[in-house]
Amino acid sequence: MQSVTYRKIKNHLMSGLMLACTLAVLIPLGLIFFHILKMGVSSLSLDFFTHVPAPTGEPGGGMANGMLGSAIMIGGASLIGLPIGILGAIYLSEFGGSRVSTVIRFAADVLSGTPSIITGMVAYTLLVVPMKGFSGLAGSVALAMIMIPIVLRTTEEQLKMVPGSLREASLALGVPFWRTSLKVTLRSALSGVLTGVLLAVARIAGETAPLLFTALGNQFWSKNVLQPMAALPLQIFSFAIAPYEDWHRLAWAGALVLVTVMFALSLTARYFGRTRRAG
Amino acid sequence: MNNKVKLEQVNIHFGRTHAVRDISMTFPENSVTAIIGPSGCGKSTLLRSMNRMHDLVASARVTGKILVDDGDIYEKGVDPVAIRRRVGMVFQKPNPFPAMSIYDNVIAGYKLNGRLPREEADELVESCLKRVALWDEVKDRLKSNAMMLSGGQQQRLCIARTIAVKPEVILMDEPASALDPISTLKIEELIEELKERYTIIIVTHNMQQAARVSDYTAFLYMGDLVECGETKKIFTTPEEKRTEDYITGRFG
Repeated sequence: MQSVTYRKIKNHLMSGLMLACTLAVLIPLGLIFFHILKMGVSSLSLDFFTHVPAPTGEPGGGMANGMLGSAIMIGGASLIGLPIGILGAIYLSEFGGSRVSTVIRFAADVLSGTPSIITGMVAYTLLVVPMKGFSGLAGSVALAMIMIPIVLRTTEEQLKMVPGSLREASLALGVPFWRTSLKVTLRSALSGVLTGVLLAVARIAGETAPLLFTALGNQFWSKNVLQPMAALPLQIFSFAIAPYEDWHRLAWAGALVLVTVMFALSLTARYFGRTRRAG
Repeated sequence: MNNKVKLEQVNIHFGRTHAVRDISMTFPENSVTAIIGPSGCGKSTLLRSMNRMHDLVASARVTGKILVDDGDIYEKGVDPVAIRRRVGMVFQKPNPFPAMSIYDNVIAGYKLNGRLPREEADELVESCLKRVALWDEVKDRLKSNAMMLSGGQQQRLCIARTIAVKPEVILMDEPASALDPISTLKIEELIEELKERYTIIIVTHNMQQAARVSDYTAFLYMGDLVECGETKKIFTTPEEKRTEDYITGRFG
């Protein structure tokens, strides 16, 4: 038998170790956030949100076109990706035979594990080459390809959590299966689905690599989705590697905005996840 | 009396399991028939075959004939959705729609299928809730969430929801087994009243309940129909030894 004191010491030691590990997870996040905050805040100004980048050598300028471009491309990616992801998930969870579903699930998992630069190259081959030009549309498609597997799998998990008794209740009232799937099953899982969607949006909002070959970036206002389009992560990238001090400062400000947006999206997602009712 | 539902040599398989074996029996109109038997005897399986709930289970196979008003509900070309509108079902655990109000739950069968004019809906909600004796308890909070109700109230709400779509037959799968004795009593009184308009088939674990509410009783054992007939007779002078043993509590 070990003495009580010895066990107590061991207990405290191990608890301390686990606490240290937990903190080790938080430290990088804290460092990133505070460093970006420190570097970015001083460069943030109204101009940043309202102006396009100033020509080389001129002071001032902002990343308004990048934010707009990001918003357009994320919107486009959502328009393409959400219906496919959500309807696909309904198929997997409610209709799919076991073999087909296994194949689709496996494919989705491989797709979500694919490096995003590869996704960009695929979109380049599929859209940029035949259309003979970089475009926001190609960027949206690349982002959608990243979004689809995330939305598909999270939505499927949420749909599976809806108790079978609710589906049965609806069917027993003479409601067709497809209506039951949409109005009872999907409706009950809605808050969870929304959480998944927001997390997917947060994920693609920060993607840079797939946009390099597709949207390319743009120094000016770019609202035409068939033309090269600016995006916040792309601008951060190109400004950060430029040799000018004031461009670096803009890049920091851009990073701050991006991180803040993603933080807000994650928080919103958590909020929806927590206030979930079974319906 | 008219036979509302007729089973002819019904067999139900799940994959390799033969859950219901060659059952033929009838369910008279405007009466309550209880299906009793020990756990796993196939009574719920049999019940669920009568509104084609097994269609959802890929491995399930139903053979034989199940006739409602002399029409085989498993015949090719018969729409299971149409069958389920005629043959409603109340489940073991109360399962009101959690995202809906009490009011919306009653008319869920209409709302999920489209629209229902406001006046008609009001009338329907009131009459259905009155028939399940829930109106006085909830009339002041029709718009509140259905999950606020007690288990017994929820189950009566589910029955109201079922009769709102005007079925001819109501299947009940142990409707009171998750409820306290007082709620159970209310459900049993309700069944007694409902049989004036509907044909009721009830699966129950509780033999006293079968004796109290049913006019006819069928005893299932290991997927076989051992005996069926008038409840009085089954509970007093059963013909089969196994029925007597089960009813007197010697097994099950």
